[in-house]
Amino acid sequence: MAIDAATVRKVAKLARLTEAEDRLDTLAGELNGIMTWIEQLAEVDTDGVEPMASAVDLKLPMREDVVTEGGDPARVLSNAPDSKDNFFVVPKVVE
Amino acid sequence: MTTLTGLTLKAALDGLASKQFSSEEITKAHVDAVAGSKALNAYILETPERAIQMARAADARIAKGEAGPLEGAPLGIKDLFCTEGYRTTAASRILGDFKPTYESTVTSQLWRDGAVMLGKLNLDEFAMGSSNETSAFGPVANPWRAEGSNQTLTPGGSSGGSAAAVAADLCLGATATDTGGSIRQPAAFTGTVGIKPTYGRCSRWGIVAFASSLDQAGPIAKTVEDAAILLRSMSGHDPKDSTSLPLAVPDYPAFVGKSVKGLRIGVPKEYRVDGMPAEIETLWQQGIDWLKEAGCEIVDVSLPHTRYALPTYYIVAPAEASSNLARYDGMRYGIRAEGKNLNEIYENTRGQGFGDEVKRRIMIGAYVLSAGYYDAYYLKAQKVRRRIADDFRAAWDKCDALLTPATPSAAFALGAKETMDPVQMYLNDVFTVTANLAGVPAMALPAGLGHDGLPLGLQLIGRTLDEETLFSLGGVIEKAADFRAKPKTWWKA
Repeated sequence: MAIDAATVRKVAKLARLTEAEDRLDTLAGELNGIMTWIEQLAEVDTDGVEPMASAVDLKLPMREDVVTEGGDPARVLSNAPDSKDNFFVVPKVVE
Repeated sequence: MTTLTGLTLKAALDGLASKQFSSEEITKAHVDAVAGSKALNAYILETPERAIQMARAADARIAKGEAGPLEGAPLGIKDLFCTEGYRTTAASRILGDFKPTYESTVTSQLWRDGAVMLGKLNLDEFAMGSSNETSAFGPVANPWRAEGSNQTLTPGGSSGGSAAAVAADLCLGATATDTGGSIRQPAAFTGTVGIKPTYGRCSRWGIVAFASSLDQAGPIAKTVEDAAILLRSMSGHDPKDSTSLPLAVPDYPAFVGKSVKGLRIGVPKEYRVDGMPAEIETLWQQGIDWLKEAGCEIVDVSLPHTRYALPTYYIVAPAEASSNLARYDGMRYGIRAEGKNLNEIYENTRGQGFGDEVKRRIMIGAYVLSAGYYDAYYLKAQKVRRRIADDFRAAWDKCDALLTPATPSAAFALGAKETMDPVQMYLNDVFTVTANLAGVPAMALPAGLGHDGLPLGLQLIGRTLDEETLFSLGGVIEKAADFRAKPKTWWKA
C-alpha cells in the first residue's frame, strides 16, 4: 500500500479540505511514513478480540424526553458567519 | 513573605481564608505578572477586568463567610474550554472570533467553587501536538532554559500554555486536557504536576472535541495537593456528557500525605525503551528507591502491548478527530471562506482554517475510515486497544499502581520539529498514551533536574477510578524529591 499524490487528492476531497497541488507529494510522503509505521499492528494477534470503542463500560444513559433548553435563536445565531430573520444564511445548494 | 504569585494554591487559599490578603490583591498580582509575560506567549486571551470583577465578588463571599473550596483563587483556562462570552479558539484560525454562549461544565464548576478567571491559555491547535508549535497564535516558550543557554525550549504540548503559566507563576493552577499525554508531557517539561483522571471523571461538555473516546480534562498545578484540590472541583457527574461517570467525587486532597506502606508498585519493563537517556533511567530508579523507602513493595510487571500503543493511537485519535472536526463547515460559527459552490466553500474554509498538523490528522482519519480500509486499520486498532487495556487489567493482579518515566527526554528546543518527521514527534507520547487508550488515571510530577538543569518527571499510573492512590504516592515522591527549583525569570518585561 503506497499513498501517492492522487490518493492524497482523493482523501482531501473526502475530508473537504483544499490542499495546494505543490503540497501533495510532501503530504503523500508524510502519510506513507505514518501508515508504514502503523502497519506494525498487523503483528498483534487479535483473533476473537472484541473491538474496544469506549474506555468505560457504561451503557448509554437514558433521560426523560423533555425540553431542557431552547427558544433562544439569538444565542444560537450569535456566532453565525451570516444570519437573517432567526435563520442561518447558507449558500444556495439546489438550483 | 514570598510574593503573592509565588504561593501554592493551598497556601493562597489559606491566606485568603484567614484574610491575610484579599482575592483582589492576589488577582491583581497575577494580572500584572501575566501582562509582563508576553515573551512566553502562554496566554492568548487576557481577561483582567473579568478577573478583578470575579475577585471582588469572591472577597464579598469570604466576608460573608460563604467561601467555596476555591474562593478567590486566580486560575488560567486552556483555550479548549468554552467560556461564556469570552473568545474560545482551540488555537485554530477556523473558529475565528467564536464567543461561546455557554460555559463548559468543568469551568462552571470552578466558578461555582469561587475561582477567578485570568484568561485563556495557548495550546497546540485542537490539542494536536506535543510542542505547542501547531498553535495559530504561535508557540509558547518554556519558562525553563538549559543552564548557560539562551535557547528557547518547548513547554511541550498540547497544554503548553497551561504548563508554562503554572511554572512561571502566571496563575495558581490551570485547566488542561489530555488525549495522548497533553497534560503529563507538558507538566514533565516544566516541573509542574499534572493529572489525567479516569476517563469519565471530568465532563467533556463544552470542551472542544478532539478524540472523544480519549479526551479527558485535568489540572496542571504547582504541587500534588494543589492538583488534588483542583481535580476535586473539576470532577463530577454531568448528565450533559453521556460518558460522564455517575459517581460521587472523593475528597482527593485528603489522600495527599497518607501512608503508602504496603502498596505494590509495578515497574513495567516495556517502558525501558531504546535510546532512553541515562538520566531518565537514573531518575526512574530514584523514584523506585523513594517508594521502597516509604514501605512500598516493588514488583516487575509486563505490559506486552506497550509498543503498539502509539500506532493504535494514531489510528483511533485521527479517526475520531476527522469525524469530530467535520462540524467546522463555515455555516454556523467560525470563519467562512469564499467559493463558487457549497463544496468549494467547505473545502476553502477548512483548507484555510486548519493548520498543517490538523489537516494531516483529519486526512489520516478519513483514510483509515474510508471504504476498503476500515477493517484493516480502524477495527484492527480497536482490537489492539482492547489488548492494551487487558495488559493493565492483568497488571493490577500483581500491583496497585505503576511507576514509569513521564517522557523519554527533557524539554527540547522550539523549532526542533522542523527537522523531525511526524512519527518522531509522535514518539514523545510513548509513555503517556497507554493510559488514554485504557482510560486509567495517570499523573506526572517533577522528580529532579537533568544534567543541564531542566526538570524531569515521573509518571504514576493507577487503576480505573483510583486517583486517590496516585495522590498518596505522588505526595510521597514529591516529599522525597523536594523539588523546589524555579526557572529564572528571563521573560519579565
